Parts: sequence; structure tokens; C-alpha cells
Amino acid sequence: MQKQISFRQSVVLGLLGLASFIGLWHGLAVSGMISNVFLPSPVEVYDRFTTLLDRRFAGATLQGHLFASFQRFAYGFLLAALIGIPLGLLMGWYQLLDEIVSPLFDALRFVAPIAWVPFAALWFGTGIGGPIMIIFAGAFPPCVINAYRGAKFVDPRLIEAANMLGTPSHRVIREVLLPSSVPSIISGLRVSAGLGWQSLVGAELIVASAGVGYMMVQGQANVSTTTVMAGMVAIGLVGLALDSALRLAERIIQRRRGLEN
Amino acid sequence: MGVIQFKDVNKIFGPRETGFQALQDINLEIRDKEFVAIVGPSGCGKTTCLRMVAGFEPATDGMVTVDGTPIKRPGPDRAVVFQQFALFPWKSVYDNIDMGLRNLNVSRSEREARIADILTLMNLTQYAKHFPHQLSGGMQQRVAIARAYVLDPDVLLMDEPFGALDAQTRVVMQEELVRLARKNPRTVLFITHAVEEAVYLADRVAIMTRAPGRIKEVLDVASIRNAEDWDSHEKIEDVMDLESFVHLRTHIWRSLREEKAAQHA
Repeated sequence: MQKQISFRQSVVLGLLGLASFIGLWHGLAVSGMISNVFLPSPVEVYDRFTTLLDRRFAGATLQGHLFASFQRFAYGFLLAALIGIPLGLLMGWYQLLDEIVSPLFDALRFVAPIAWVPFAALWFGTGIGGPIMIIFAGAFPPCVINAYRGAKFVDPRLIEAANMLGTPSHRVIREVLLPSSVPSIISGLRVSAGLGWQSLVGAELIVASAGVGYMMVQGQANVSTTTVMAGMVAIGLVGLALDSALRLAERIIQRRRGLEN
Repeated sequence: MGVIQFKDVNKIFGPRETGFQALQDINLEIRDKEFVAIVGPSGCGKTTCLRMVAGFEPATDGMVTVDGTPIKRPGPDRAVVFQQFALFPWKSVYDNIDMGLRNLNVSRSEREARIADILTLMNLTQYAKHFPHQLSGGMQQRVAIARAYVLDPDVLLMDEPFGALDAQTRVVMQEELVRLARKNPRTVLFITHAVEEAVYLADRVAIMTRAPGRIKEVLDVASIRNAEDWDSHEKIEDVMDLESFVHLRTHIWRSLREEKAAQHA
């Protein structure tokens, strides 16, 4: 058996990894082996990051861009959850629907969200619709898959119990399949949030007004690699915060259910 | 009413030629308000009999009917009590019992009254707001029995309901079931592998053979119970000491042991 690692040790180890990464990066950047435009140093990226926080670049501050991005992300993610979770549960319940939808779904989910960019722009425009569709494309599959798995792996005795009590399908889905699938759905949402947030830069390549992705594209156009990297840092930090929040929600729900089962 | 009838029932799992024959030529009629227990060696198909009445499994040949109507699907007229309770873990005791009532066309006030009654009858009133995981196995099975009884079903199907309980709890539950069944008689099909339990509870005991399960013998316990006045004894251990009880139990034991021996031969 492996030795258990305490929470404090894991924090220390995580920080150690981060510190060595930044140290190595800094070493490489200041060594003069690589041109400064190709690889700005961490200090420069940090400076740029703080500058972006209080001075507008490409029409907004970094917070402004992040807010615009997050808003799109939230719409796309919520839409994916609102459509994906019920669809997954229904597919788990009605075999006919499963047979009809699964092959199509399984093929479509391998198309990278970025590949939808031209159509997203054509169909929903470059305002808010297009980017939402791309985030949706990234966030949708895990919602469906995990709700479906949750519904498929529900204790068959509970279904039998519900059936013998004369429960109609719509109530079995809401009162048996859904609660029983909650752990699976929550882990699906975590994966889904990650993929949706990842698809964001791709989504914002086609946005003309604001967003972290847009800011990075503008940075690229101005050969400001520090701006691009500051954008990457911001995306990483928000992604980390998002994942931590969902992980916490997952732990709380699982702990409560651990008592229940 | 609640007359259960098995007519020339065969059950084969898988294809007819190569599948597993679980039941063969089952013929049995359970009269209205009669309590019939099926005992048999494990794997003899006794649970399959119950699952066919519940509407969980179709018969391969023959017919299973309730009041003459062939069974097509599960329904609240045939309430099931499962060995593993099968309570909804995310619903309180009250909501678990309400789950089936909500499917009947019954007013809210009547539902509340019926749940209050059954909670009192099963000594569960103070646990109405508890969740299943907060209760012991015996209490959980009480909730499952309440959930079935509250529907006022014609037929009650009990699949080794006390099999997951410890010995002491089991005895208490058996006594309670007798109390409940006398007070509020239903047609009951009770599956068990515990011989004493079958003799103590049932009006008739059907003994099954090993797979493919057939009905080997049906014993009339009720006439002996009445003749020897078992019900005048309040405690199960007093009934179990009676000569007439011991005699019946031994008879069933022998019969089952022959099946075991045949299995090993």
C-alpha cells in the first residue's frame, strides 16, 4: 500500500512543483538563449498581468475581459447542463431513444469544439450566440454521458420498487433516476466545466468585442507575447477556481449521500 | 379480491432450447386472503414465482393470473416487500410510504390520514422524518412493509423479507407480521428458505424441488394451527415447542433434505 499524503504535504508538494516550474522558466528566459519575444520571463508576465488589471487593453481591463468570457461560459455551460442532463437521463430510461441518439451523439462528440467555429459564426453570429455554441459543444457531451451512466447504473431494485408502486415514467425519472445519478452528474459537470472553459479561447477567436481570448488575439496581433501569457495565466487561474468550487460541491454532496446510503 | 393462479407455468431464462429452465409445470392456486409460503432449496425458482406475480418476469409457458386477469406489468394492486428493502435512500420514511399513494387517485388529506394510520400500526410514528440510512435493518423493513400495506393491495408479495435481518429482529418481525395479517388479512405470497418461518406464518406451505423447480407438495398448516389452537400462544418460541409444529417442521425438513441429497448425487 502507498503511504497516505496529508493535506499539508500535498499543498507543499504542489507549491514545490509550481516554484520549480517558474524557476526553470525564469532561468531559461534570463539566460539569453531564447529571444525575449519568444519567451518572456515570469516577472515580465506578472508585470503585464498587473498592468492589464488596471489599464484597458483591447477595449477593457483584464477583469472586464474575464467577466465577458465568464458570462459566455456560464450561458454555454448552463445550456449544456439544462439540455444534456435531461437528455442523458431520458436516454438511460427509454431504450428506443438511446438506440436512436447514441450513434449520432458518439460520432459528434469527437468533433473538437473549435471545429464548429465557422458554423457557429454563420448560424449564431459573432456576438454572444456563436461563442456560446462553441462552449456548449465542449461542455455538452460530459453532461449527457454522465447523466446517462447514472441512469443506467441505478439499483434495478429501486426501479422495480417504483414500478410496483405504480409510479409513472416522468416521476420515476425525476424521483428515482435523477437523485440516484447525482454523484455521476456532478462529476460530469466538473469535466464539462473544464472542457467548456477550455473551448473559450477558441470561441473568442471569432468574437470582435471583448473576452480573454479576444484580448490574447489582440496581444498576438501587437506581438505582445506578455499579453498572451497573462491571458493564459488568467484562464488557468479561473479554471482552477472553477474546478475547486465544483470539486467542493462534489465532496459535500457525496459526503451527505455517504450517510444516506 | 385477490386470487392468484399459476396454470401450467414454465419459465426458461434464455432461448427455449439452450436456456436455463427455472420452473416446470407450476400449478398453484392461492385463495383470497390466504397466506401461502413457498419454501425450497436455493436456486429452485421460488423467487421467480413471486416475480412473475409481481409482473417483473413473464412466464415462458402457461399463465399467471390475479382474479382471472393475466399479469402484464407491475402495479400497486400487487405490492412487493423486497429482501433488501429497496427503500428510496433520498426520501424520508414518510415520503417513501407516500410514493405509492401519490400514484393512486387519493386526496391529500386522505393520504395523510392513511400514512398516519400505518405509521401507528407499524410503530413508526416517531421516525416519519428519518431517512432509511438512519434506521436499523428491522426498522427499514417495517417501512417497506408499511409502504406496501398502505396501498391496501389485494395481494402482498414478500420475497424473503426477513432474510437480511439478524435472528432476534427476525423473530420480532415474524410476530408483528402475524399480528398485522390477522388484523388486516390479505392474500400473501411469502418466499422463504426458513422452514420454521414458513410454518409459523403460513396457512399453506408449498415445497419446491431443486431446479427446474416444481411444486413437490403443498401442506395445509391452517387446519393444524386451528385444531391445535396455535394462536392462543403469543410468543413464537411457545408455538415452536408444540408437538404439532415440530412434526410439520420435521416433515418439511426431510422433504427439503431429499432435494439437497439429489442435488449432490
